[in-house]
This record gives sequence, structure tokens and C-alpha cells, in this order.
Amino acid sequence: MAYPLTAWALALLQTLLFIASAPLLCGWVKRVRCAFQNRASPPLWQPYRDLGKLFRKSVILAEEASWLFRATPYIVLAAMVLAAAVIPLIAVNLPTDAIADVIVLVGFLALGRFFIALAGLDIGTAFGGIGSSREMMVSSLAEPAMLMAVFTISMTASSTNLSTAMHYLLQSGLVLRPSFVFTAAGLMMVAVAESGRLPVDNPATHLELTMIHEGMILEYSGRHLALIEWASEIKFMIYAVLIADIFLPWGIATRVTPWELLSGVVAITVKLALLAVLLGAVESGLAKMRLFRVPEFLNLAFLLCLLGLLSHIILEVAI
Amino acid sequence: MMEPSVWAVDFAAQFREKVVAFRRSSPSIQAPCYRFSVMPEEWGGVAAEAARAGLRWSGLWAEDQNNRIDLTVVLEKDGVYLLVQTRTADDSPSIASHGLYYPAADRSERRLADLFGIAFRDQADSRRWIRHQAWTELETPLRKTYPRSGRDETSTRADSGYPFLGAQGTGVCEIPVGPIHAGIIEPGHFRFQAVGEMILNLEARLGYVHKGIEKIAEGRDPEGLARLAGRVSGDATVAHTWAACMAMEHAAGIEISTRALALRAILAERERIINHLGDIGAICGDVGFAFGQYQFGRLRERCLRLNAELFGHRLMMDTIVPGGVYSDLPSEGGHRLLEEGIELRQELEELSVILDENPSLQDRWSTTGILTTEAARMLGVLGYVARASGVDFDVRRDAPYAPYDTLKVHVPVAMEGDVAARVRVRQEEIDVALDLIDELVSVLPAGSCRMPWSVPASDAEGLGCVEGWRGEHLTYVRFGPDNTIARFYPRDPSVLNWPALERLIIGNIVPDFPVCNKSLNGSYSGHDL
Repeated sequence: MAYPLTAWALALLQTLLFIASAPLLCGWVKRVRCAFQNRASPPLWQPYRDLGKLFRKSVILAEEASWLFRATPYIVLAAMVLAAAVIPLIAVNLPTDAIADVIVLVGFLALGRFFIALAGLDIGTAFGGIGSSREMMVSSLAEPAMLMAVFTISMTASSTNLSTAMHYLLQSGLVLRPSFVFTAAGLMMVAVAESGRLPVDNPATHLELTMIHEGMILEYSGRHLALIEWASEIKFMIYAVLIADIFLPWGIATRVTPWELLSGVVAITVKLALLAVLLGAVESGLAKMRLFRVPEFLNLAFLLCLLGLLSHIILEVAI
Repeated sequence: MMEPSVWAVDFAAQFREKVVAFRRSSPSIQAPCYRFSVMPEEWGGVAAEAARAGLRWSGLWAEDQNNRIDLTVVLEKDGVYLLVQTRTADDSPSIASHGLYYPAADRSERRLADLFGIAFRDQADSRRWIRHQAWTELETPLRKTYPRSGRDETSTRADSGYPFLGAQGTGVCEIPVGPIHAGIIEPGHFRFQAVGEMILNLEARLGYVHKGIEKIAEGRDPEGLARLAGRVSGDATVAHTWAACMAMEHAAGIEISTRALALRAILAERERIINHLGDIGAICGDVGFAFGQYQFGRLRERCLRLNAELFGHRLMMDTIVPGGVYSDLPSEGGHRLLEEGIELRQELEELSVILDENPSLQDRWSTTGILTTEAARMLGVLGYVARASGVDFDVRRDAPYAPYDTLKVHVPVAMEGDVAARVRVRQEEIDVALDLIDELVSVLPAGSCRMPWSVPASDAEGLGCVEGWRGEHLTYVRFGPDNTIARFYPRDPSVLNWPALERLIIGNIVPDFPVCNKSLNGSYSGHDL
């Protein structure tokens, strides 16, 4: 399939927009959380300032750090950027959509996680090891649930390509699918766990012993830390956009016209802003759960995704 | 009412043959307090008999008397304090350990071994404790021969080679935490042995903030000692200063005006409130419940600002001075305190509903870090840690000192001994403190708030015992010639509360350690001195 050059440019632009706006989404979530907690919030662009500050700072490496530790920030960021390129943000049917399907997307996410966990072990501190082992426990439970959700969508659209699936969903109009209700709930729980948000992980904590994601990256500093933080923000946005795209696809541009693209930008902004409000409310109302409750939480997510798949087979395929 | 002193007389009678002196030691030592001396060979027997009689072990200190060491142990039962003393025979003293009967004595004895060179016989644990590498095994900093200025060293050697307990087996891993932590807290090292996330054993290593408080106290004047006592542990500055001033005033035989006493109690209750507010917030924060953290932090900040306005210092440092309080309450102060009490109660009522009805929060706190009543008694823990484990003791009620002797102090107690119980007890203690402040303010006596100081006789000694926000503070002071301090020992409640952490954490998971630690909140500085 040949795409015109403008489509490639647009795809590139969309990916750039994706990775550039990821910190903004995190800044927004922080503002929402602050509002729910009755306190003054940092400005919306604070995450950009933080990244800028970290990029300017020099890197301090542990004596035991190997090439793996140094390479990981780049690998992780690259994996997240590639994953972001696959996801339609403002328009579907762009050339980058053909690069990979959702299963590869899950693979990109796993690749990033794998390297961060290795880096956590690499420097040999206790907190890195604790963080890595916890991260692997969480992801080993979250990944099957995520795949189950992906399968439900793929079966509905008869394609594992995200863009094709979205196109199908848009064309079939507003249909209330029981399978999607289950899957949406399950995928949201997976998203919370995988992006290290409350109640599974507390991104704001300073307590080393309670950390999951922060524990693995405790030894990172300067430019390396900036890359990892940025990658985490992109990862968080990937999950948010996935949920918005699949369960509320309306508004995204299907043709390359200025009007449609503008409406695509507005639609995704509104959708993400609302999702962030939901997340902020949940995060402010809940304490972090005990670590041994996390498997129960993710088992529930898996169960919901499985129910989604089953209800698709039982209720929707037969029709 | 039963004469509360009966057991003390009976107890002393067992040592009649060997007792050197037995007297009701008033006024030099606090009123419901007895003391007697025994020969050093009876020292172990004292602990055996005390344990049999169900006495609580409360504190131990020593003093160098011309190369012979005076040891004093404080025991308590039913609000009556008993001081048992002995003097070792020669300058390389060896004496029986109390650790066999009182696990609480362990660290205090190891401390004395490090600072005085006393050898305790039959000690369960004879590793160094307060001594890191700043002085050698042969040096004894608290003996009179050691220079008060310390040794002239540009740097102190790092502490290494401390023989931690080990654990072996498949899947057992060791997690060293600290002494420097990520938050703004004091330094302390914690060594975990864990299988997966389950904690098998925890060993604390303290002493990183040993400042030589006892040594630098020597030679100070009373006001200088009060200021030093206020810096033993910054969060308990009022309690420490009050206990030190009480000890000095007992020694000097000074009666404090009723107004000064009421003001001291107001300060102490406000200290209780700000620390409880801050800690409940921090306990919320440690389980990721930011809302609670910020709300309680906000309330604490309000109290701190009113403190600055009324008492001249946010933490009320140096407000208590020998002879009374530094400055009187401003004329509108009483009204402001009552007003704040009303608002604080309203806000706390709303917040406590939010905390109580949040299942995710209660899930984290309930059954986490349980300290059984049995363990609490055995370790002799104090304050809210004891009261949350069903040990019903509060100096303000059980050995009341003025002005609490005329007040009715309600003491909240819980039986569960978990984090939730400690939070609940502390919530209720805020209410009690607010009620006490209301009462104290509304009947605040007139008069001066500072008595002139009278120079105590050389060798005059005094004991101060105060219920601070952490629990019972015990401070011993002995004067030397010319109004100078010869010996100062403040026993912070943390000394007895820290070992409880090692016990209550067993069987919990590693990520629950911070919240367990915060629910106990021992003072590193108060312990290390």
C-alpha cells in the first residue's frame, strides 16, 4: 500500500504530538489530584520544567553500573516512542498504523519494562531488586489481562490492527457491546497498575521500601532519569489514549482534512482530560493497597477481560 | 483507697539486710517516689524481685563518682516510683545485668557499657550499641576523666563492621535501609531479613545522632540546661524542657506558681496536639492517602502559627525555663486558644469520618504491625504505643504532677495494638488535650509566671517525670557546686519504644514497614542523646 508523502508527514507529526503532549497529561492529572485534595497545584507545564531541569543536570552513575544501565533509558524511550507511533491519536489510517498491530504494541511495552527491570537489578542495590521483582509480579498478572482485552477488540473488528479496528468501530456506529463494558473496566485496572498509579503504586512516595516503579529507577539521575520519566509519561498516555480510542472512538479524523484533524485534536483532548479527572478522583479517594492485594486486583482485571471475551463469543458472535 | 506505697516498703523490706539506706525521698526527688541503695552483689536480685512483684522497668543511668560508678534503676508500679541505687566496688566495674528479667534494660545497659566501661554479666546481647567508631572500646566518654570538649578530630570514622544478626536459607534476602533515608527524617539503619516480601527479622541500628548531650550538660547553669534539654528531641522540646526544669526545681526546692504550671500544661498539651496531627497525616501519607496527609498537615500548620503568635516559637522551644515559663500568655491568648479549639474540633470531626469510612485506608491499618499486650508489657513501652496495646498507663493520671493533680485526665486505650489502634488512640488523645486546654485556660490562675531561682546545695538532686506526647519522660539532674549541673540524664520514651518496632514488624510485609515505623514514631535524637 502506497501512502502519499503528506500522510507520512502527518503520521510523524502525530507521533511527535503524542510524545510532546505526554508530560502535559501528567501535569493535568497532578492538577486534578491537587484540586481533589484541596491544595494549590503546580502549573500545567511543571512536568516540562522538571524534564528540562533533569536534562541540564549531569549524570551520576553507580560504580557497579554496566552498559545495560546506561543503555536502558534510550531503549525504554525508543520502545515507548515506537509504541506511541502505532496508536492513532488524532487520525486513523495513517502509514505508521501498518507498522505494528496491538500485540506488537503490548510487546513494545513489555520490552521497555524488561529493560527497566534489568537496570534495577544491574546496579545491585536492594531497592532496585525489590522494585524489579515487584514490577515483574505486577506485569506478569497485568499482561494476560491486557492481551485478553486486546483479543476481545480484535475479535470484534476481525483485525489486530488498531487503526483497522477503530475504523470498524466508527463505521458500525453506536452499539452497546456488553463485551466492551467488561473490557473497558478491566483495561482501566490494567492501565492503573501498569502505569504505576494509585492504588497499585504511589508515584509521589519517598519511601523506598514501598516503591515499585520508583524503586527500579532510584539510582538514575540527570539525563537518564529525564528519559525514563519521559518514557513513563508516554506510557501513561499510551494507556489513556488506548482506552479513549477503543471505547470512545468518536471524533477521531478518518480523512485528512484540516477540519477533521482539528476536531480530532479537540476530541482526544476532551477525552483525555475527562479520563484524567476520573483517575484523579480515584487516586485521591483511595489509599495504596497492600502489596499482596495487588494480585487480587489484577486477577479481577483479568476476570473482567475474560468475561468481556466470553460475552463477545456468547452474545455478539452468534448474532 | 489503698496506700499506694505499701508495695514499695514491702519490696525494700526483702533487702533489709542488705539495704544501705531507705527513705521516702522528698522533696529532692518527686513526691510519690522511694529510693534505697543495695550492695552491688544484690543488683541482679533487685531485678529478679522487681519482676516477680510486677514492677515496670523505666530507666537506668549511671554516674562516675571518683572512678566508682553509681547505678540507678527506676521501677514503677501503680504510679509509685522506686529508685534503686548501687555503687560499684572499683574502677573496672562488673555487675549483673537486668536484661534477664527486663528485656527493656538491654539497650540501656549496652549504652552504659559503651559510655562508662561497665561490664554487665549475663547480658543476652553484649554488642556495642551507642558506640559507633567515634571512640574506641577502651575509652569511656562519660567518665569524669574524659574531656568534656571531646577529642580534637577533624572527622569521625564511619561505623562499619557492626555484627548484625544473620539469617540463612533458600530465598532469604537481606535488605539494608538507611541510615540516610529519602524523606526528611532522622538517620537510623534498619536491617531486614525477608523471604519475598515477608519480614523474618528486623534489626535497628541507632546512634547516628549521638551528640554527647549528657557530657555537654555538665557544668551548665540551670537556664543553659533547660535550653539543652529543649534540644534533646526537637519534636518533644516542651516535654523534655519541662522534665528537666521539674528535676532542677525539685533539687532547688522551688515551688512554681500555679499560673506557670497551668501554662506549662497548655504548652505540653499543644505539643501533643501538633505532633499527633502531624503524625496522623504522615501515617495517611505513608499508605498513599495524600488527602489525609495534606489536611492534617494543614491543621498542624494552623496550630504552629498560633504557637508562634502566642508563645513566640512555632514548636514552643525555650518557652519553659527554670522557675516557670519565659513569658506570660498575651491577654487575648486564652480567647484565641478556646477559639482555635472549637474550630479544630469541627474539622477533626469531619476528617475522622473520612478516615473511618475509607475502607482502603482501614484495610492498610487494621491488623498491620500488631504489638500484643503481653509484648507491650514485657518491653515496657510507653505512651500511645502502650495504650494502643491495652497497657493503661499515663503519668498525668497515675502519678499526677501539678497541674494535672487537680484535673481529670481521660486516658484512651485500645486493645488491638495495630496501626489503626495507634491512630485511633492518638485521635482521641487530641480530643482529650483540647478539653484539658479548655479547662486550663478557663480557670487560669492569676499571678506571676516565673519564680526567682535559688541556688541549690551542691549534690542536690531531682527527678522530673512528665507525660510528653510520646509517653513518660524521666529526667535526672544532680547539681554540683556553684549552681552548675553535675549530671543530666533525660530518658526519652523512645528508648523503650524503639525495641517494640523490631517485634511488631515480624510477619508483616516489607512495604508496610514505613507505616508501622511512623505509627510508633520513636525519636532518633532522643534515643541517641
